[in-house]
Amino acid sequence: MVKRLVVGAHYGFRDWLAQRVTAVVMAIYTVYMLVRVFSLPVYDNAAWRALMAGGFTKFVTFLFALALFYHAWVGVRDIWMDYVKPISVRLTLHVLTLLVLVGYAGWVAQILWRL
Amino acid sequence: MAEAIVRKERPKYLNLVQIRLPLPGVVSILHRVSGVGLFLALGGLIWVLGASLGTPDQLECLRVVLAFSLLGLPVVKLVLLGLLWAYLHHFCAGIRFLLLDMHIGIELAPARASAVAVLLVSLSLTVFLGVLTW
Repeated sequence: MVKRLVVGAHYGFRDWLAQRVTAVVMAIYTVYMLVRVFSLPVYDNAAWRALMAGGFTKFVTFLFALALFYHAWVGVRDIWMDYVKPISVRLTLHVLTLLVLVGYAGWVAQILWRL
Repeated sequence: MAEAIVRKERPKYLNLVQIRLPLPGVVSILHRVSGVGLFLALGGLIWVLGASLGTPDQLECLRVVLAFSLLGLPVVKLVLLGLLWAYLHHFCAGIRFLLLDMHIGIELAPARASAVAVLLVSLSLTVFLGVLTW
């Protein structure tokens, strides 16, 4: 019988792939936003606000945030798995990490859609 | 059939002071360190985003926070500069890892060269963008 840990990595390909797919999404967004920011006519808060208030910018920024949180989840979980051996502590840290990241996702949505 | 459980203790050599990492190893551990730094700073960064797009009061609060200095050092700006480096290093090293995943540059010499490139490009971009936005 294969011994499986509650706090294991699900022993699969999915997270490995997700880590890379989210990385590519974030890399494309980073370059896109750098181009948008560098092509702003003036550098003040109004210009920044106008840029971020655009419907497409909001949409891709939120996608970036979700990709970031998934990416951070896989990366931080790997770190807990590398350095934290007691299963109870590790599970607690996993849950806290997830809760924080889900909370951040709500926070970013609120920041973007009140514009 | 009797089950013989033989557990060999694996040798560990984790004296951090004595380990001499090759440059690709330096890039790798800095990838992890920068990732941890960015994760720990995530809440603060989202706050900065929110304040920069928030009410005039929040914007003023952000200005005060950015101007904060300790013993003449603009610590908040320096932390942000560190986070800029972390992002750029994570970005460059990540692209290098994606290429390695695709079996591009996995020979010793190109792998070393790309490790040097990651370190240099992320540092120079940090200086460039840091000067531009200071």
